[in-house]
Amino acid sequence: MIPISYYLILSAILFSLGALGVLLRRNALVIFMSIELMLNAANLTFVAFSRLYGSFDGQIFVFFVMAVAAAEVAVGLALVVAIYRSRNTIDIDSMNSLKG
Amino acid sequence: MSLEMILFFVLALIAIGTAVGVLLSRSTVYAALYLVVNFVSVAIFYLLLDAPFIALSQVAVYAGAIMVLFLFVIMLLGLENIAGELQWQKMIWPLGMGAILLVEGVFLVIQRVGQNTYIGSTGTALSDPALLAKVLFTDYALPFELTAVLLLVAMIGAIVMSKHEKPVKEGQPR
Repeated sequence: MIPISYYLILSAILFSLGALGVLLRRNALVIFMSIELMLNAANLTFVAFSRLYGSFDGQIFVFFVMAVAAAEVAVGLALVVAIYRSRNTIDIDSMNSLKG
Repeated sequence: MSLEMILFFVLALIAIGTAVGVLLSRSTVYAALYLVVNFVSVAIFYLLLDAPFIALSQVAVYAGAIMVLFLFVIMLLGLENIAGELQWQKMIWPLGMGAILLVEGVFLVIQRVGQNTYIGSTGTALSDPALLAKVLFTDYALPFELTAVLLLVAMIGAIVMSKHEKPVKEGQPR
């Protein structure tokens, strides 16, 4: 028997680490990985509450979050490739103009 | 301390340790591999929470497809080495904000949920993928279909953005 608060605190820790990754790192790829960490932390909360209330809705939301995450990664990595082609770096501090 | 509790704490340590690894690693390949271990440990949490379908799609979609995409881009662009990026004096503000976020989250959890709400047996067969599919294809049929459109648009967007535009020469058909 595990209290639900353990799962919630664990996912709060994972979410904070992901947010820290977005704030600290300047490499676009590592920032994407940190975003995945945050999505995973939110998913863990969904599944924990789905288990607590005995309902499938949480699990189905996780399913949709996974689909959105897959779409986000595909578009994001295509952006990274396009930016690397034009600037030769993916340091986000160098992305400071809207003009290609 | 029950076996389930020990498993929870070991997995929690692995998950937090690998998340810190992603945060601090000096190479994008190492960060990606830490992230795979993190995804797998979260998948085992899903198994603990009676969600085997979600656990397996986590392994297939996240640890499989998404991480392969990451590693593919890392190797394609040759971006393995990112040493010297982290500077400790610049990290104070983000670290402080992260700590505030965490304290706030933990405070809210303890205040709203309480420490003694146990995840007991609920009586329904939550771990049955057939029942999950029934809910997914009846109550959530429209969002499910919209997911297909989303993935198609994402695919088209990725192709358009990563397409290499060659300069068109005079008199040559494209």
